[in-house]
Amino acid sequence: MLPERTKNPLQSLRIGLAQINPHLGDVARNIQKHLDAIAQAEAQGVDLLLFPELSLHGYFLEDLVQETACLLDDPRLEPLYAASRQVSLLFGMVEESADRRFYNSAVYAEGGRVHHVHRKVYLATYGMFDEGRYLAAGEHLRAYDTRFGRLGTLICEDFWHPSAVSIVHADGADLILGISSGPGRGVSGESQDLRSAETWHNLNNLYARMFTSYVVYCNRVGYEDGVNFWGGSEVVGPDGAVLVRAPYFEETLVTAEISAGALRRQRSLLPLLRDERLDLTYREFRRIYRERYA
Amino acid sequence: MTTPPKADLVAKARSALQLNLPLTERILHSFLQNEVRKFGFSRVVLNLSGGIDSALSAFLAAGALGPENVLALLLPYRESNPDSLNDGYGVVEELGIPSKVIEITPLVDPYFAEFRDMDVKRRGNVIARTRMIVLYDHTVEFNGLPLGTSNKTELLLGYSTLHGDMASAVNPIGDLYKAQVRQLSRHLGVPEPIMAKPPSADLWPGQSDENELGFTYEDVDHVLYLLVDERYSPGELVAAGFDEEFVGYVTRMVQAMQYKRRPPIIAKLSQRTIERDFRYPRDWGR
Repeated sequence: MLPERTKNPLQSLRIGLAQINPHLGDVARNIQKHLDAIAQAEAQGVDLLLFPELSLHGYFLEDLVQETACLLDDPRLEPLYAASRQVSLLFGMVEESADRRFYNSAVYAEGGRVHHVHRKVYLATYGMFDEGRYLAAGEHLRAYDTRFGRLGTLICEDFWHPSAVSIVHADGADLILGISSGPGRGVSGESQDLRSAETWHNLNNLYARMFTSYVVYCNRVGYEDGVNFWGGSEVVGPDGAVLVRAPYFEETLVTAEISAGALRRQRSLLPLLRDERLDLTYREFRRIYRERYA
Repeated sequence: MTTPPKADLVAKARSALQLNLPLTERILHSFLQNEVRKFGFSRVVLNLSGGIDSALSAFLAAGALGPENVLALLLPYRESNPDSLNDGYGVVEELGIPSKVIEITPLVDPYFAEFRDMDVKRRGNVIARTRMIVLYDHTVEFNGLPLGTSNKTELLLGYSTLHGDMASAVNPIGDLYKAQVRQLSRHLGVPEPIMAKPPSADLWPGQSDENELGFTYEDVDHVLYLLVDERYSPGELVAAGFDEEFVGYVTRMVQAMQYKRRPPIIAKLSQRTIERDFRYPRDWGR
């Protein structure tokens, strides 16, 4: 057993972020919105297009969760899967499982089919958030191989748990994809920026640098029951440089080049990954686990 | 861990309440555009009282939707301070929005004549609710949504009339404390006479908010901010040096007036009861 990954290194690609404003609970209209964005992205030579968390459904669904959830083989999703033959896709939806649980899922579609599904592990259930009331929590954090290399997907609150990012990183993700429906709040003049936006930019920058990986963040815009979603989607390079940042509050499509060379150079300059001690981390976590749960 | 002394907490509240004005303006403009248009409307109607809150709502709506899409109603009662009408006019002229003056005295006085022993509070509520009737009626004629003009301070204290001035479909200023209403109003250019005069609901002659409440908006904003936004306990604030009676009063008001901020209580009988376990967003399908 080798500590390093031996297959499927990151390829350069053009990534697109579809910063859309979904219609709340109207899946049919949102599918059309996705198809429109995909056509636009395709025209711009995008290889992989991201949509925000719950992009097919909208966010504050409450009882609409059960009424609008889709199985992965819902025929209405076929046009999206078909489109993934040209452009690989990551979109968000309420996924209904065969045993009738409802998940906040990020579906990675490629080559005409579902390639990977990440079910949000850390459901936000506090303050203005009520996900745990309506949704089941995911049980897995996994990186997955794609035609561009090995990727990891996390959804919004997952990103606020550094352990979740660490796991997909340790599992080999060179490109960490985060999608969210992030509400904008905190408009004090103490900051130049929206407070929630400032925090996200800090998180993205920190993770990109610490994991010497690309961090790709796609947030939504629009309003639901008075709550704004601020947008500001961005791609941060492994050195922490912001390669593209979408404007706040506006529907838009932005793109950036992901460079295999840049990743390699940064990991040569700053060999944090080389020195990472997965074995030690595992031993210590196992000790802590035993002490707590024995 | 000890609570910081009062002076530090007041400084903290004052600093936090200072708005990032361009950002706030942008969010509220976009809020109005989104939450009005997604319901198939492009227009709003509001009652312009001559005070700062409705002036600010009018400025925000005109900026977001275009002045021609904001109808201002000026609804004087015979006892209203003439300055209220004049100051309301100032806003109409400054923004170039359509407006109507409708004297509500002929609507209100016959009712008052039936109940001559009404105290000022009852009379004030009748006036406020009569204005609501005129407002909602004009939403049909103008094909617009009724625009809210209640700020966070008054909503928390319940210092407003249920189904009266509290009635609206969209409220851009309901998460702004009074101090923040003042900042944003100045930023947007609300006319000086409105900025300068003491706040008053003008429901009876000589009424002044701060006299009636018994404290200043500045003081109550700080206490509300610390209790609500920062989640300090009343005990912590008193320990820090805030006046115990004042903190107690504010806390009791916020609690006592909760009913005004929620829909009426429904007796639960079925499996799914509206609001309790029949839960849908207001923007359902939008």
